Parts: sequence; C-alpha cells; structure tokens
Amino acid sequence: MKNTVKVILGAAALGMAASAASAATLDDVKAKGFVQCGVNTALAGFSAPNDKGEWTGFDVDFCRAVAAAIFGDPTKVKFTPTNAKERFTALQSGEIDLLARNTTWTLSRDTSLGFNFAGVNYYDGQGFMINGKKLPGVNSALQLSGASVCVQSGTTTELNLADYFKANNLEYNPVVFEKLEEVNAAYDSGRCDAYTTDQSGLYSIRLTLAAPDDHVVLPEIISKEPLGPAVRQGDDQWFDIVKWTLNAMVLAEELGITQANVEEMKASPNPDIKRVLGQEADSKLGAGLGLSEDWVVNIVKGVGNYGEVFERNIGQGSPLKIARGLNALWTKGGIQYAIPIR
Amino acid sequence: MQEHDLSWVRTEMALAEKAPARERGVVAWLRKNLMATPVDGILTLIGLVVVALIVPPILNWVLFSAQWTGADRAVCATVAQGGSQPEGWSGACWAFINAKFAQFMFGRYTDSERWRVILVAVMFVALLVPLMIPRVPRKGLNAILLFLVFPVIAFFLLVGGAFGLPYVETQLWGGLLVTLVLSTVGIAVSLPLGILLALGRRSRLPVVKAVCVIFIETVRGVPLVTVLFMASVMLPLFLPAGMTFDKFLRALIGVALFASAYMAEVIRGGLQAIPKGQYEGADSLGLTYWQKTGLIVLPQALKLVIPGIVNTFIGMFKDTSLVYIIGMFDLLGIVRQNFADATWASAQTPMSGLVFAGFVFWIFCFGMSRYSIYMERRLDTGHKR
Repeated sequence: MKNTVKVILGAAALGMAASAASAATLDDVKAKGFVQCGVNTALAGFSAPNDKGEWTGFDVDFCRAVAAAIFGDPTKVKFTPTNAKERFTALQSGEIDLLARNTTWTLSRDTSLGFNFAGVNYYDGQGFMINGKKLPGVNSALQLSGASVCVQSGTTTELNLADYFKANNLEYNPVVFEKLEEVNAAYDSGRCDAYTTDQSGLYSIRLTLAAPDDHVVLPEIISKEPLGPAVRQGDDQWFDIVKWTLNAMVLAEELGITQANVEEMKASPNPDIKRVLGQEADSKLGAGLGLSEDWVVNIVKGVGNYGEVFERNIGQGSPLKIARGLNALWTKGGIQYAIPIR
Repeated sequence: MQEHDLSWVRTEMALAEKAPARERGVVAWLRKNLMATPVDGILTLIGLVVVALIVPPILNWVLFSAQWTGADRAVCATVAQGGSQPEGWSGACWAFINAKFAQFMFGRYTDSERWRVILVAVMFVALLVPLMIPRVPRKGLNAILLFLVFPVIAFFLLVGGAFGLPYVETQLWGGLLVTLVLSTVGIAVSLPLGILLALGRRSRLPVVKAVCVIFIETVRGVPLVTVLFMASVMLPLFLPAGMTFDKFLRALIGVALFASAYMAEVIRGGLQAIPKGQYEGADSLGLTYWQKTGLIVLPQALKLVIPGIVNTFIGMFKDTSLVYIIGMFDLLGIVRQNFADATWASAQTPMSGLVFAGFVFWIFCFGMSRYSIYMERRLDTGHKR
C-alpha cells in the first residue's frame, strides 16, 4: 500500500516536470487559437487599460506582435495581469505562454527559475529625480549626500539605492513607502529631496507632479535593468519564435519598414528587405520557425516596427515622452542591434 | 340612576401655558444644545471654526473646481503640467471617472454582453428588496426564488456558454461586478456555513467538534492575503500542467470559507448567551435537537448577534479588495490600475479615483449598517431597554 502511494506520487511528480518542460508550446497555442501573455497589472506606458478597458502599452504590443507572427492577427492574444510575485509561477505552471512584463534579465532568473529571455526590449536602469528649484545646482547623484530619498519598499530599487550610496561613501535617509501613490505624494509634497525608481517610471511619475517642469531626472543610472520577454526553458521552437519576433521588430526599424509602407516594401529591390518580408522565391526562413513566410509582414502590419511601438506607447507620441536613449538603434547612438534574418 | 351634568370638576385638561420665549424654537435649541455652559459655547465656536476651515475647500475640490468632462489629462492638469487649467488649480478629476465609468462597473466584461450583468443586478434587487421589507407577503416563495432559482440563472447569465449566450471568462470580469459577486456569494455561503460550524463546535460528537474546531482555528489563524496568495500562486504548481482552476472560483471559495470561520465564532457568541433554561425547556417539551435549535435557540441567538454578523459582512465586503493580490481587479483594484493609464496621469487623478471608490464602498456599507439597525429594533422584543 505504502509503495503504491509512493509510486503514484512519484509518477505524478515526474508527469508534472515532464509536461511543464517539454510541451510543444506552439502546438498548444495553435490549438487554443490564442497566445496567453502575462503582462504587468498596471505600469504606465508598458501595460495599462485605456478608456475602453483594452490593454495598451509597450509590453502589450509585444504580445500582440507574437500573436501576429503566429496567426497573422494581432488580436489573437489574451492577457493575464500578473504582479511581481506571481509572474514567475504563472510562467512556470504553464498558465501563460509568454511573460512580457518589464522583467529584468538576470542570471538566476535564467538558470534557477528555468526561464529563457528572448532578448531585451527595453534597456532600463534605476535613476534619480530631484526638484531642480529646491536643489539648484545639483546635477549629479553624487551631490546627494545627506539627502532624503523617497523609495518604494520591497523592490530591488531599495537595495540598489543602499548599494550605490554605500559604494560612494554618501549619507542618505531613505523614506520608504509601500504604495506607489504614497511615494508620489510624499515626494510631491517635498518630504524627500530625491525620488528613485527605474527611469522609465520616473517619467510617468513626473506627469503626476504639481509642477513637472521643476523636476529633473539626473543622468546617473545606478543599476542595469535590461527588461525582456521570457519563456519557459525546454521548448526551443517557442523560444525561437519569441526571440525572432523581437528581433524582426528591431530589424524592420533598421530597414525602414513601417506599418504604413510594409505593402510597398514587399516590392522593394533591396535583397535584405525582400528576404525579411519573405518575398524571395524559395524562402524557407519562416518555415524554420514553424511560421508562415510572411510572418514579419504580419508583425509589422499588426503592431508596427520597434520604433513605432516605442514612440506610440512611451515615446514622443505618448504623454510620457521618454527619449529613446539606449533604446535607439545602434546606428543612432543606442544599443538596439538586430541580428540578421537570413 | 339618572345622570346630571352638574359636575363642577373640569372634564378636560386646561391648555398648558406656552413655554417662555427663551425655552422655545430655534433660540432654545441653540441654547440647550450648543451654548448650555461656557465650555459648551467655546467648544461650539471651535467646532464652527474647524468646519469653516475644512468644508469650503472640500466643497471647492469636490464640486466647484472639479472637472466633469474631458477626453484626457489636459482637463485635469495645469498649464505647467501640460494641461489647460490655470496655475494653482486644484479640483477633482471626475472626467477620469466619467471616461472609465463602464470599466469601473464591469471591468473588461465583453461590451455587447453587459446587458446580462445589468439583468442579473435588476433581478437581484427585485428579489432582495421585497424579502427585506417585512410587510410584503409570500416570503417563502420569495426566498426560494432568491436562494435557489436566482443563483442558477445568475450563473448562466454571467458566465454564459449555454443557451446561446457567449462565454465570458472570469478573467475579464472586474470592477464593482467582482466586488458584488464576491461579497454576495461570500455572505450567502458564510451565514449558513457559519451557523453549522458554530453548532458543530458546541456539539457533543467528538469528530464533528474536532473538525469544526480545526477548520475555524486554522482559517482564523491565517491572514486572508495568505489564503488568496496560496490559492493563486501555490495551487497551480501542485496541479498537473494544463489543469487550471478558474482563478475567480479560487478567490470565491477562499473568501467564502474565510468569512464562514469568522461568522461561526460570532454566532457561537450568540449561542453562549442563551440561558440553559431555554435548552431545558425545549427538551422538556420533547423537541428533537434540530427542532430545539431551529425553533428555540437560533432565533434568539441570531437576533442577539446581528451587529456582529453585519460587522463580519461589512468587513468581508471591504476585504474583497484583497483579490488585487492575485491579479484580479475589484472596484478599488481597477480604479488603481487605471492610474497607470498615461492618458489620464495627472496630480488629481489618484485622489479623485480613490474618493470615488471610497464613496461607492461607503454607500454599500452604510446601506448594510442602516438595514441592520432597523432589523435590530424590529426584532428587539425581549430585551427592550
């Protein structure tokens, strides 16, 4: 009896491990008819509901791009809002197929959590914002000795802050709050001299301040936060699809293929463009991924190229107006560099 | 004997003199209530000053300076903030609520299917209100409709997937819909389950007693956040891959069981208060256990603990906000989620959203509280003071 129980439990455990690791996600997704995509519950510019309750944002559009690559239809995606704690279990347990939730790519997440990061869709980093009127002349975080710094509790932000000030032998008083609104209110009312969080966040917070123009984001980046979409380890085909979707979006920008001109570009004499858009006579690039040959056409038609998605959600076309910075193409001073599709 | 109308005694009371002027009308009320002693007078003055300081700015923010319509953050931001309001403006951004109102009510529930939610709400009110007014007849039929027929209809209407109604997955539900479904189901389940648990805990049968005690103490010993978190994060890891329990169902079960444990202890408090004589009296009439409990003990016990029961209901209604932890959005959750919409990001948006959410919660909680006071007065037959 005891042995039977053991056998059953062991088999169940094995079955779980096996099914979680080796399932062909692409087949599952095709059978379901949609991609289940984990996004942030709410982060301005990256994933947030619009007036109609539809998901919009930079990460959300990446999910749509994957759906477009597979189905040729960017709407064949369902979103699972996940918070910082449950995002990893949701991916591990198979509740979602893809995690596009401003998640920092680190070694431990890649190894012990069992994920594969498909690349970096946003190079972020922790920065500081100060009130330029209150602290005139401060133009570097190194001048913040003795400052009180507003920070949200329970995040790596808090740890990075401590590390940075310790490394530079500076004194500081952390003013810690649990909720984002509380930190914002405290900073706006002048309780702290500086506010620290990821730079992408600083821009959206600046929008909610009483006098945004008084506040400046300091140039120092005290941590590297390469944010990227992640999938489960053990399914290389699915990993390839997600990785090359991201890559295709950046490459489309490099080649000047936009949502508006993608149909004309099909007729382009440029062999690079022809190859990427699947217009070569015996193109087998899409088939190698398990997709149709016009997968890049579908991505660009569905959501646009990397630059378009960036500008629409967090760049100049949005209230956030985040500069491209590191996220500009490598040809334009950034580090977004697309691997060739050939 | 003949009656003569010769009595010199007055047959009617003489009309009372009018009270002196200073004891009548507005002046007297003011004197008695606000200026009875010098200390009272000073306190009244301080009170008036405080009111004068607080109320006008609040009214100004809520009503006079508030923005009611608009398409984006521009109407709720000053020129310096990139909007259209003059410098120093501060007012509620009701335009934000206005633009998001449908979302706050239904979440992402499919647009074309929202009539189903409204229909369920109308049916619920139509069945609940007559049940709550003592004068309305046919309570039995009404109760059967509300507690047996309505849940089935509501389930099929809300979830769909049968009778030609398209399926609306619970992932899309949100806002007030989630708050109300969670709390009404929680209330409807926790009261009967709580009564059974309370009776079980006082039972003489050792197994029944042990099960009830263990359940109550375990659930009460764990924070609701933990229960929800376990249900949402740990449970999927234990289940075989591909088998997923509906998240909403998990939360629903968690909230209902949690409330039952608290309810059980409240009701046990009522049971303890019933004197032994009542039990003995019932026994001497030859009533069975269930007759004794149902006819003698519970009616008295429940009446005693109405405030406690309503307290638990109100607490649970507000606790539903914790489903935010597991990525579901009740009213407060969806309001807070929309703060991240950059189209509406402004200094006034968070405050306006929270005030709105607070107001809606207050309406429901205040309603429950008033009804419970009414019920208490009506049922307070034996212990009137």
